Amino acid sequence: MTKSLRVKTGKIIDETYRISFKFNGKTYYGFKGDTLASALLANDVHLVGRSFKYHRPRGIMTAGSEEPNAIIQLHKNSSRTEPNVRATEVEIYEGLEASSQNCWPSVEFDIGGINNFLSPLLPAGFYYKTFMWPASFWEKYEYFIRKSAGLGKSPTEPDPDVYEHKYVHCDVLVIGSGISGIMAAKTAAKNGLQTLLVDEKPILGGSTIYQNSENFKINNQNSGSWLEKEINEIKKISNLDIKVRTSVAAYHGYNFLLARESLTDHLPIEQRKNKTRHKLLKIRAKKVICATGSIERPLIFNNNDRPGILLSSAIKRYADLFGVSCGEKNVLLTNNDSAYETAISLIQKGINIEAIIDNREEVDSKLVYEIEKNNIKIYKGFTVVDTSGYKRINKLSIMKLSKDGQKVIGSKINLPCNCLGISGGWTPAVHLFTQSGGKLKFREDDQVFIPNTHPSDQISIGSCNGDLSLEDILINVPNTLKEFLGIKKTEYENIEVLSSENFSKRNIWLLPSDKVLGKTKSFVDYQNDATAKDIKLALREGFRSIEHVKRYTTTGMGTDQGKLGNMHALGIISETAGTKMGEHGTTTFRPPYTPLTFGTIVGRNVGEYFDIFRKTPIHDWHVENKAEFENVGQWKRAWYYPKDNEDMYQAVQRESKAARESAGILDASTLGKIDIQGTDASEFLNRVYTNSWSKLAIGKCRYGLMLNEDGMVYDDGVTTRLGENHYIMTTTTGGAANVLSKLEDYLQTEWPELDVYLTSVTDHYATISVCGPNSRNIVSTIIDDLDFSDENFPHMSFKNAKIGKINCRVMRISFTGELSYEINIQANYAKSVWEKCIEAGKDFNITPYGTETMHLLRAEKGFIIVGQDTDGTMTPIDLQMDWIVSKKKYDYIGKRSLYRSDTIREDRKQLVGLLTENPDDVLEEGAQIVANINKTPIEMLGHVTSSYYSPNLKKSIALAVVKGGKNMMGEKLIIPMENKSINVTIADPIFLDKENKKLNA
Amino acid sequence: MFLINCPFCGEREQSEFKAGGEAHIIRPKQPTELSDDEWAEYLFMRKNIKGVQFERWNHAHGCRKWFNVVRDTSNDEIKAVYKMGEKPPTI
Ligand SMILES: [Zn+2]
Repeated sequence: MTKSLRVKTGKIIDETYRISFKFNGKTYYGFKGDTLASALLANDVHLVGRSFKYHRPRGIMTAGSEEPNAIIQLHKNSSRTEPNVRATEVEIYEGLEASSQNCWPSVEFDIGGINNFLSPLLPAGFYYKTFMWPASFWEKYEYFIRKSAGLGKSPTEPDPDVYEHKYVHCDVLVIGSGISGIMAAKTAAKNGLQTLLVDEKPILGGSTIYQNSENFKINNQNSGSWLEKEINEIKKISNLDIKVRTSVAAYHGYNFLLARESLTDHLPIEQRKNKTRHKLLKIRAKKVICATGSIERPLIFNNNDRPGILLSSAIKRYADLFGVSCGEKNVLLTNNDSAYETAISLIQKGINIEAIIDNREEVDSKLVYEIEKNNIKIYKGFTVVDTSGYKRINKLSIMKLSKDGQKVIGSKINLPCNCLGISGGWTPAVHLFTQSGGKLKFREDDQVFIPNTHPSDQISIGSCNGDLSLEDILINVPNTLKEFLGIKKTEYENIEVLSSENFSKRNIWLLPSDKVLGKTKSFVDYQNDATAKDIKLALREGFRSIEHVKRYTTTGMGTDQGKLGNMHALGIISETAGTKMGEHGTTTFRPPYTPLTFGTIVGRNVGEYFDIFRKTPIHDWHVENKAEFENVGQWKRAWYYPKDNEDMYQAVQRESKAARESAGILDASTLGKIDIQGTDASEFLNRVYTNSWSKLAIGKCRYGLMLNEDGMVYDDGVTTRLGENHYIMTTTTGGAANVLSKLEDYLQTEWPELDVYLTSVTDHYATISVCGPNSRNIVSTIIDDLDFSDENFPHMSFKNAKIGKINCRVMRISFTGELSYEINIQANYAKSVWEKCIEAGKDFNITPYGTETMHLLRAEKGFIIVGQDTDGTMTPIDLQMDWIVSKKKYDYIGKRSLYRSDTIREDRKQLVGLLTENPDDVLEEGAQIVANINKTPIEMLGHVTSSYYSPNLKKSIALAVVKGGKNMMGEKLIIPMENKSINVTIADPIFLDKENKKLNA
Repeated sequence: MFLINCPFCGEREQSEFKAGGEAHIIRPKQPTELSDDEWAEYLFMRKNIKGVQFERWNHAHGCRKWFNVVRDTSNDEIKAVYKMGEKPPTI
């Protein structure tokens, strides 16, 4: 049995409900209401982890989300494992398993602890300085650094839990349920405002709720009981929503906040099934009231990081709330009155106090007198100069401070101690306030940053606003609320307050020691092992900006973002640099306030819901016919249809041959379709495409190329004139949305005088493309009453037709170079028409083909794919498509850019064909092209953009962009690959049927 | 995420909108008359002000209308919203 340090029943502990849990493999017991930290402390376990750099033993230091040391891993080796959890926030449940991280083989014996003895060799910036050279060794260094540093292990199995996102709208959001937050929530709700109150802890009431002292009274009741009554009242208000275990992670502009509501983490694992674990609340609040409280400051002195050293306020919280004594030989070190409140609580609970060490010389305080009455020794004007005890503090030495507080004098006194509470005053928790864009001001009296100006409709109240005494809160909060909410009266007028503390403080950022600084370890950032010495070193090496010092020393860069030590870092910097505090500003606190799980961030957007995917109306047929799919933007497109265990190469070769020899069929429904109507439609097309549209007859189709204003190819596609003032434009699959948005932009902003209306009809029509020498035979069997002769229905024309009773538009256009018909049909009929085509094509071996074969077929013809053969740096001239650029038109988008000095350069990369010396060598897309591999540096001339083995030409073909390629026809170039170099010759990009005989067959 | 008051739809979340860069840059009526430098001025040169900026926004996932917004880029405060073609407010 371990010894129990449970004292009188804590306020929220249910001693009738015992819970067993494991820590580092050993079973312990706690009670319902305990956090992992309080339960461990009750079992006299302080040592819970090792520090990041020096692997020094570390213990629980706080009782809240600011905890830097007690960072543990939950349920190691389970799918629910979670690293970097603060033991001070974990509520225990039956079956909880936790373990220390950052230690090997165990927290008791850690090999990395040797770094502690090597620490003179590990100064600030050590990693930067040491591992810079030689660069090639970095991989090896990284291995060792990672192995010895590791902050916990991420899970390797899928997360079994469910997460949700929820939008929340409210009139008033109150963050924090301490006394100020409770008063604010009640006032807002009672005035008819829809109010949401959130608190990160499982219980309401902040630090006042366990206040049970004659020294702090409201209307003659002790402040804790008064607040409890208030809380019981607000729970009954219907327009007040209260969420506990809800931590605000981010406060963005326009009062948009993200909060994580934790719903099952406190339950035994078997009770979590079918429940949402975390809910990410996306809160839009009309008004925000920050009542986020304050965090007690530690004190910076030599060896201030041993297990058993806690914040004084944490010791009080553990005693009052959980009924736990953190040690038998307690010493408090303070520079203000707060530690005396802790002392009074300990005395109430019968916990022994060895001594109080107060930096202050003389204090006229009721609290101090009360402690003196209890015969507890107070060392006034003293400080701790050193502590000892490796895995737990066992002794400390104190000395008298000099008058200026910069030195210690006199003789050293040793005191026994196994628990040291430290109090350096309070730091308002302004993290969320600054995230919202709020600016701080520095208050000299007690050296704190408090809220000053802010952009959105918000206020900060209570101790986060610098009102640190009960009296200030009860006077200021109601007045602030009245103004903020526009009300005349609150329930808190003429309230009687008794608040006994004295507010004197002796602020010394770095407490002196009898040892020289170089021989001390005074930790400023516990999690990242940054010491006062490191900060001074950084300043000596010339760093001045707080942001630079922070990065160089890693102060404030842990998962706690330096909630405890940042102020001291600033203080030490300004003392050393001789500047004024407040001049440096503070470092930036970034969201999230405390870390979020990935589950919370992604919510339900996992698996098939990770992204939206779009299916064509023929999708099910492709699935039934075993198509493999590829993602094209958000579309799932049939890629190829493997038969009899074919691989992709074999399937594509078969499909390509069939399409050229007899008939192929492609689902082209994903092409973007924009319906264009209006009396100025023709003029509009003239302005957006490079070629001329005025003379396109009704019933004819034309290919168009669209540029950006910078002259670079943006999109392409065929547009058909359906009527006098009616066109249908097709765009690339990926470009559809952007093209529409760009066209709207020009219509609305540059050419509002044009009478043109654009409608996206991509999803309304399916497109079935039947190609090959037998395509006419197939399409004509399913379409009656249409003359398919070349005279009536030539290449690049369109007909309205009927398939049975279904209206359709048939275009004779081709992306393969074969005779080809595209049937456009209302989406809901598409699958049946597709099946009709397949049926009619049976005798002609009609072969469904996917995007891969489509790419191959068009490459044989040298047709470009925008986005594959172009990359936003290619003009039509670069693509050798001069024929499509109108010389006559006065203007169109991008025209002026085609003769900028840069776009007329001869040595621009230009599109060419490539043939390999060995026709069986298929090039890799993206491969680099060079002329000479013997002369270094090797000049890169271009790269391969499309490459295939053509079954129809029985050789390898490729498209590429090559500097000055247009004038290099027939020249030999080299493609150096990993194992060999491939010789290639520049060729015409049109490899097949240059005379277009097939099209007009 | 800020809120934008679309002059056609009313107040909506920023995620419904697409930013379109600096406002009141008019496409030259006769681009072919311009020198390379003059054309480059129109094509490439944009201000990136810390402070009050006039910019174009598109209600992309709403009415699809373009309009102008006067925004303080230092704190995202929107000082005015007005339709295309309307005179910019003096701020
Ligand atoms: Zn709108």
